[in-house]
Amino acid sequence: MTIEPRPPEGLRNWLLSDTPTSRNHARMAALYQSWLSFRGNQMAMFGLGILVVLVLVAAFAPLLAPHDPFAQDLMARLKPPGTPGFVLGSDSLGRDILSRLIYGARITLYIVTLVAIVAPVVGLFVGTVAGYAGGWVDVVLMRITDIFLAFPRLVLALAFVAALGAGIENAVLAISLTAWPPYARIARAETLTMRNSDFIHAVRLQGAGPLRIIIRHIWPLCISSLVVRVTLDMAGIILAAAGLGFLGLGAQPPTPEWGAMISEGRRFILDHWWVATMPGLAIFTVSLAFNLLGDGLRDVLDPKEGSQ
Amino acid sequence: MTQAPDANLLEVEDLWVKFPTRSGIFDAVRGISFSLGRERLGIVGESGSGKSMTGRAILRLIRPPGRVTAKRIDLEGQNLMDLSERQMRAVRGQRISMIMQDPKFSLNPVMRVGEQISEAYRLHADTSKAEARRKSLEMLEAVKIRDPELVFTLFPHEVSGGMGQRIMIAMMMIPDPKILIADEPTSALDVSVQMQVLEIMDNLVQDRGMGLIFISHDLNLVSAFCDRVLIMYAGRVVETCRADRLHEATHPYTRGLLNSLPRLDAPVDRLEVLKRDPQWRDEHSISGQT
Amino acid sequence: MSGILIDRLNVWFGEHERRVDAVKAASLLVPKGGSFGLVGESGSGKSTILRALSGLVPTWTGRMEVLGTPLGKKRDRRFYRAVQMVFQDPYASLHPRHSVDQVLGETLSLHGFRDIDARISRLLADVGLGPAFRFRYPHQLSGGQRQRVAIARALAPEPEILLLDEPTSALDVSVQAEILNLLSDLRRERNLTYLMVSHNLAVVGHICSDIAVMQLGEIVETLSVQQMRAQDTRHPYTRHLLESSLGAIKSGAQG
Repeated sequence: MTIEPRPPEGLRNWLLSDTPTSRNHARMAALYQSWLSFRGNQMAMFGLGILVVLVLVAAFAPLLAPHDPFAQDLMARLKPPGTPGFVLGSDSLGRDILSRLIYGARITLYIVTLVAIVAPVVGLFVGTVAGYAGGWVDVVLMRITDIFLAFPRLVLALAFVAALGAGIENAVLAISLTAWPPYARIARAETLTMRNSDFIHAVRLQGAGPLRIIIRHIWPLCISSLVVRVTLDMAGIILAAAGLGFLGLGAQPPTPEWGAMISEGRRFILDHWWVATMPGLAIFTVSLAFNLLGDGLRDVLDPKEGSQ
Repeated sequence: MTQAPDANLLEVEDLWVKFPTRSGIFDAVRGISFSLGRERLGIVGESGSGKSMTGRAILRLIRPPGRVTAKRIDLEGQNLMDLSERQMRAVRGQRISMIMQDPKFSLNPVMRVGEQISEAYRLHADTSKAEARRKSLEMLEAVKIRDPELVFTLFPHEVSGGMGQRIMIAMMMIPDPKILIADEPTSALDVSVQMQVLEIMDNLVQDRGMGLIFISHDLNLVSAFCDRVLIMYAGRVVETCRADRLHEATHPYTRGLLNSLPRLDAPVDRLEVLKRDPQWRDEHSISGQT
Repeated sequence: MSGILIDRLNVWFGEHERRVDAVKAASLLVPKGGSFGLVGESGSGKSTILRALSGLVPTWTGRMEVLGTPLGKKRDRRFYRAVQMVFQDPYASLHPRHSVDQVLGETLSLHGFRDIDARISRLLADVGLGPAFRFRYPHQLSGGQRQRVAIARALAPEPEILLLDEPTSALDVSVQAEILNLLSDLRRERNLTYLMVSHNLAVVGHICSDIAVMQLGEIVETLSVQQMRAQDTRHPYTRHLLESSLGAIKSGAQG
C-alpha cells in the first residue's frame, strides 16, 4: 500500500490529520472530511447553492424587493414579465410578482423549518423507543403511528381549520402531524437493526440503562437517515403547504405565500400565464434543490461508510 | 490459437491496480508478474496485500475510478487487456471463473439453486432448459452432493455453508473454464468442511487439466493444498516457492508470518511478533513466472 | 474459590415447535485465575454460553455462578465490574460515531470512576496504543487497533474475569500474534480468569490450560491442553477436530 501525499498546507493538514489531538480536533476533522466528500458531488452543491440563495433572499427581502409586496396598483394589473418596473410581471391587483416571491420565500422557509424540526424529532422519539423497548410498547406506539399515517394530509388540515381557524401556524401543525410517521418507521427500523449489534451489547455490559443507550448510542446513528429523509421530503412539505394555501387553508390573503399565489393566478392561467407560473417555478426550483441536497447528503452520511 | 500442451495458461506481466483517493493515489497492486500453468498456484497475504485485487484485476472486475494496467495479461496467448468489455464478458465464467468467500453473498437468495446453475450454463451455451437441467444435476453430483434432485429445488438459505460453496463450485465449473480463481473459498467454513470442499475442488481441477489460483490468508492451508505459492505484501510479491517447501522460506516477512502462528504441537510462551521492515515495501516484486 | 461455575445449563430460543436448543446440559468449572477454552464449530453453542453468562440470553435453566455468587435473570453493577467481554468482530464492537476517548470515557463514568483522563491514558498504554490514538474514530483504526480498544474497554472497570468470544478470528495472522501476546501478558499481570471461545485449536492451545469441546450444544469432552497435545482424546469428535486442525500443518511441515 503506498500513498503519494499532496503537499501539506497548514489548516488543511490539521483538518485532514488522522491523529487528532483533542475531542474538538477529532470532530472538526470528521466534519471537514464529510464536507470534502459532499463537495465532490456537483449536483448536490448546486442544490445547496440554490438553498443558500433562498436563505439570503429571505433574509434580505426588504433590501432586494423592488416593491412593497402588498402595494396594489390597479392601473398596472396583469402586466407581463419584462414590463419596466415589473420584472416578473404583476398580478390581478397590480402587485409586483417578484417582490411577492421574495417575501414569500420567508414564509416558505418558516413553514419548512418548523415542519423539519417538529416531524423528525417526534418520529425519532417514537421510533427509537418502540424499536428498543419492543413488546407491547412497540405495538402500541406503532399502531398510533399507523393511525396518523392513515390520515390524508389535506383532510386533517381541513379538520384543523374547522376546529381552530385557517392560518399558517395551523397549516404547519397539520402538516407536521401527518409528516412524522414515516420518520418513526425509519427510526424504528434502524433501531431494530442496531439493537443486536455488538457495540450495543458491549455498552449494556458496562451497565448502561436503556435511556442512555437510546440517546447516546442509537440516536446518533439514526440521525443520518432522518436528515436525508427530511431533505428529500422537503419538496413534499413545500407542496403540501402550497396545496393548503391553494385551498385557502394556509396563508390567508394578502400574504404572499407561493401556493396561495398560484391559487390566485389560476383564473388567469390562459391569458396571463405568469401570475400562476412564476410562483410555480419558484416551488419547483426549491423542491429540486432540496432533492439534490438530500441525494448528496445520503452519499455522505450513509452509515455503511461510517461503520466500515 | 494453438498452444503447446505444457504452455502456460495465464501470463501476467507488470500488473498494477490503482485507486485515486482524496489523499493521493493508492496502489493496491504494484507491478507484479506471474504465470499459471496447469497447476495450483497459491497467492498468500494479509489484508491489504493486494491478493484479492489481483484476482479481480485478471477478470477485470475492478470498476472505475480504480484502474488496472499491465504489460500483458495473456490467457492462452491472447492478451485480455486488448479485449473490449463485451468480449471480456465471454471470458468471464466461460474461460476464467471465480469463487468467492461466502456463498451466502455470492448466490442469489431469491432464486432456487437449480435455476441459478442452469442460468450459468445457458449464458454460455445455447441449449434447451431440459439440457441445462440435466447438465446442472450432473455437476451437482460431481461436487458430491448426495441428493441433487432435491438440492436443485432448494433456496440458498436452506443449504449449509459447505454445501453452498460446493454449489458455487458446480456453478462456476459448468461452463468448463480453463482457469478457476478461488478467493478465500473456505474461510467462512468450519474446519471439517474445509477439507471436504478443497478435495472436491482439487479433484475437479485435476480431472479437467485446469489451472487454479487459490487466494488465501491461511499459510498452512495453502502449503498443504497448492503446488506453488506467491507471498504478497504491500502490493508486491516478496517471495515465491514450492508449496511443500513453504516452511523453508527465506524472506523475513514469510518467516515472520510462519513463526507468529500458534502451533498446537509446538507450544511457546510468547508468539513471535512480525516486525515490519519498511524496506520490504520498496523491494522489487519477485517474478512468479515460470 | 471458583471463577466460573456452570452446572447443567440449558439455553433455548423460540417456543414450542420453533424451539431451538442452543446449549444442552453443559457443565464446566473455571478456577479463579485459570484459563479455559471452549472449542467447537459453528452452531455448537459455545458463544451462547458466553452470552448466557453475561445476561444477554433470557431463556435458560440450570445453575451459573461467578466468583461464588449465583446468577439470576438480571445482572447488576457488581457483576459488570467483575466480568467483562471482548467480542469477535472488531468492526462491530465499537460504536462507529464514538471516538476511542468517548468509548473509554463513557465506560469509566458508568462505573463511577472520577479520574477519567488519567485512567484513559493508562488504559491505552496498557494495551499498547499510544496517545495518538485517543481521539480517533473506529474507521481510522485497523482491525488490530480496534480490538485493542475493545480490550481496553473491557479492562476499564478492573474486572477479574474476561469472557473472550473468538477475539482473534477476524484479525490477520501477524496481528493475531500481537493480540494473543497482549492477552497472555494481561492475564499474568492481573491474575485474570479467562473463558475463551474459539474454533481454532492452536489459538486455544496457546492461551488456555483446559479445554471443553462442544458439538451441537453439548460438551462432549473436557480435557487439559497437555492431553490435547498428546492426542490423548476420548470422544471421536475431539479426535476429528484435532485431525482437521493438525492435518494441514503436518503436511506443510513435512516439506
